[in-house]
Amino acid sequence: MKCQQCDNPAVFHITELEAGNVREVHLCEEHARVYLNQSEGGEGGDSGDPGAGEGKGSKGGTLAGSLGVGQTAEDLAILDKRCCDMCGITFFEFRNQGRLGCPHDYLQFEKELDPLIANIHGATEHTGRRPSRPVPAGAGDAGSGTDGLTAIIGLRRGMKEAISREDYESAKDARDAIRAIEDAWMPPAAKAGEENA
Amino acid sequence: MRLDTLTNSIGEWLRGTGPDSDIVMSSRVRLARNLAQFPFVSRATEQDRADTERVLRERIAAVPVGRELDYIDVGHLAEIDRRFLVERQLISREHADAQGARGVAIDRLEQVSLMINEEDHLRIQCMHSGLDLHGAWEQIKVVDDQIERVVSYAFHPRWGYLTACPTNVGTGIRVSVMLHLPALVITRQIDKVFRSLHKISLAVRGLYGEGSQAMGDFYQISNQTTLGRTEDELVQQVADVVPVLIDYERRARDFLVRETQQNVHDQVSRAYGILRTAQTISNEETMQLLSRVRMGVLLGLIGDVKLSDINSLLIRTQPAHLQKLRGGDEDSSDDIERARYLRHHFEGGDSQSRASAN
Ligand SMILES: [Zn+2]
Ligand SMILES: [Zn+2]
Repeated sequence: MKCQQCDNPAVFHITELEAGNVREVHLCEEHARVYLNQSEGGEGGDSGDPGAGEGKGSKGGTLAGSLGVGQTAEDLAILDKRCCDMCGITFFEFRNQGRLGCPHDYLQFEKELDPLIANIHGATEHTGRRPSRPVPAGAGDAGSGTDGLTAIIGLRRGMKEAISREDYESAKDARDAIRAIEDAWMPPAAKAGEENA
Repeated sequence: MRLDTLTNSIGEWLRGTGPDSDIVMSSRVRLARNLAQFPFVSRATEQDRADTERVLRERIAAVPVGRELDYIDVGHLAEIDRRFLVERQLISREHADAQGARGVAIDRLEQVSLMINEEDHLRIQCMHSGLDLHGAWEQIKVVDDQIERVVSYAFHPRWGYLTACPTNVGTGIRVSVMLHLPALVITRQIDKVFRSLHKISLAVRGLYGEGSQAMGDFYQISNQTTLGRTEDELVQQVADVVPVLIDYERRARDFLVRETQQNVHDQVSRAYGILRTAQTISNEETMQLLSRVRMGVLLGLIGDVKLSDINSLLIRTQPAHLQKLRGGDEDSSDDIERARYLRHHFEGGDSQSRASAN
């Protein structure tokens, strides 16, 4: 995908919310910097940028507003540094890319995502189809869905870190924990398939 | 390689049949799904992507989804082949341009496609000819249910199916129809119609064109929200608006024939004339003229051209298709080759056009 303002590849995918509408902005690194500066109410007022001249904070402001945090830069800065326990994505990275890092982010950033999702969809409650197979017995709390399985993402990261500091004891513990979760969650039909294979 | 067999056929969704296929080119439903145990694609390491791809490829192969599927390793495909799949709408541009392990499973009729490691781990798509949203939805449900037996989709009781972008969360469903609306464009009513669609939160996108610029009067209408309503309700939301648009377009076509018969006949004939005689022609102009000829065929102003032929030409005159059809000949430019292909086609000596009509 190309940048919306030049021919360079778009690397930043920003989801903008304005008056209940969602708009996706795709920009190269350079244009994204100008755009985001401007969004934060910074100095970047170059003409030709999307929404130039709409006034301070017209972009980041709506996002921050719909995120339910105060308008101050300090509040946003604190929020931006928070990160997911599983995949490690920071809220800042999510804001920039408009893409989450892993399924656990929906729980980790629940408070912040709630108003954002309400704004996008006009709803915060899924009423559609559900997986027919519930959370396996003993594999976790049904109320948090498949989050028990998503815990593997954090364990995998921990295992890698342990290996890099040559802490093989911890790495082995993490590996065993991963295997236990995988076993508990393996769908019966998949298990049968793998045993036959 | 199976791609070469695709070159000489056209997808089922292009055959130009099915309800209201004079206006509705195709009906499509797609579902976004992710495996609970891996990071979303944009956050995944190379290893994560490879693992996700392997798990999905193997498990999908192990269950019957109602169709025999062929798997294409998009990560190791040449650029022209990736573009070829984009032109056939079997993969997205983003999927073609992405990095790392990824692939697509498609059925022989090109109705079902399963993209692995696009923005989400799995994007299931069903595409039917004409207006058949319910048929596409019934088909995709079977595919989704079968795969769900052997994987754990990331799911939360309150948020529904968890997706990389919050704009898809919940049902993960995108319901769309591709419409051919030349008369609404000619009579300059199209913007008015689309403004009213935005009010009921449906998205409108031009087809084939880069960005939002429509090419050849083809437009895609789709739902914008995915959470808070059931899949059936979201399918119905799009299904409800299509008859209204069909009615507008039909009335605009009637108006053109009634009030400006000579003018329209002239426009259509000129378009047909250029397509049959041009020595060099761009992709954009080809689309535009094919669109007019398509309307001419439907209004009975051009007799000897089949709808499925026009539909197929819309795809086959795209750059990657042309390049594959002409094989190794790199000497002539795309525009010259496109004109040659069109002339040859309309002279009626083209075996491929007969093959495409089945
Ligand atoms: Zn740029
Ligand atoms: Zn995460």
